[in-house]
Amino acid sequence: MINKTVKNVAEACAGVKSGMTLMLGGFGLCGIPECAISELQRLGVDQLTCISNNAGVDDFGLGLLLQTRQIKTMIASYVGENAEFERQMLSGELEVQLIPQGTLAQRCQAAQSGIPAFYTPAGYGTEVGEGKESREFNGKMHLLEHAFVADFSFVKAWKGDSAGNLIFKGTARNFNPNMCGAAKITVAEVEELVPVGTLDPNQIHIPGIFVQRIFQGTDYQKRIEQRTVRSKQHGA
Amino acid sequence: MALDKFQIAERIAQEVKDGYYVNLGIGIPTLVANFVREDISVEFQSENGILGMGPFPWEGEEDADLINAGKQTITALPGAAYFDSAMSFSMIRGRHVDLTILGAMEVAQNGDIANWKIPGKMVKGMGGAMDLVASADRIIVAMTHTNKAGDSKLLSSCTLPLTGVGCVKKIVTDLAVLEVRDNAFHLVERAPGVTIKEIQQATQGVLVVPSEVPEMLK
Repeated sequence: MINKTVKNVAEACAGVKSGMTLMLGGFGLCGIPECAISELQRLGVDQLTCISNNAGVDDFGLGLLLQTRQIKTMIASYVGENAEFERQMLSGELEVQLIPQGTLAQRCQAAQSGIPAFYTPAGYGTEVGEGKESREFNGKMHLLEHAFVADFSFVKAWKGDSAGNLIFKGTARNFNPNMCGAAKITVAEVEELVPVGTLDPNQIHIPGIFVQRIFQGTDYQKRIEQRTVRSKQHGA
Repeated sequence: MALDKFQIAERIAQEVKDGYYVNLGIGIPTLVANFVREDISVEFQSENGILGMGPFPWEGEEDADLINAGKQTITALPGAAYFDSAMSFSMIRGRHVDLTILGAMEVAQNGDIANWKIPGKMVKGMGGAMDLVASADRIIVAMTHTNKAGDSKLLSSCTLPLTGVGCVKKIVTDLAVLEVRDNAFHLVERAPGVTIKEIQQATQGVLVVPSEVPEMLK
């Protein structure tokens, strides 16, 4: 088995430089690579282009890198719940590209799969389609969208082994599998790193071939953005 | 009497049929799950990666790894499945999801919808809305008939940036149920006690009123 294990997050992030394009998994604060984000903040690399569905909240997730002005361009589908983001966006300090969520996922998936571009109906006839090639298939208009090109992909999984095989948990899976192997180097952080042979091959979500570095994460906060519980009235 | 948001959700729940896979948007659409008949089988899809979404958890049972697209903590029902975002949108784009229910800021009489951006205001993004409206065969819009300023949200053409073109077929508002076809809003039902005149006054686009317009059934 090829051993993908690195000692710690510092080793995992080796080679990240200012100006690079990074993919980061997660939906809201669910399934985000917490350790990698902290390390990127510590490294102080800036002028980053970040591809992630959301941009964190003011004091967590990618919000941390916004606080320190390390992000130049944010590519996301939804960026609410972040006052510092709003300030930087309105002042023009931060460039923002908003793209439909399914298109975002598929642009990651296409990069993973070696598909340079694909057609999707999402956004046709809206400002998302402006300047893009369009084409009719089966009587319906579609937009040509391109695979992302990125330097590093940072993902978070529940369990992984030293071969880089990954298993995700619940809805913390989200964009993480689609970003594996979608950049030149994929770094996976896991809540539990287990020896090769421990994981059932039938249960692996992402085979290790898509992962270059894996490490055991530490001190996960796993914050809940919208804690919502059932009440007796109109519960559910 | 105009309906409140729970009553709008209750009326929309009647559109949810046995065997449907349903995607619910944020806001009033989320409430629809509360009112679906218990004698039919329906599965709710949330685009962040779950099919078979259950109710909110009881206090103390929240799981940070289990949320809906509104980032709220949820539960998974027996038979639920988790999946990645690309697969989630394969379900949506591939028309495997039977019904999409979402909110809107404006709907036009040709079925155009605007629900993601107000020029000059902070833009939060479209999330999955553009993918949903571009592909769904059945889209129901849940919204108030007029905005906070009292202006109609059912227009001859949208003034806000579009989310999708020619896609909305049905609208349930606090005043009425309407179908969108042949470049017009067709009045189907009115909220209990709401007059046709009130609905006409609140509708800027072309409104077709048949000779009989029943009140909504509970």
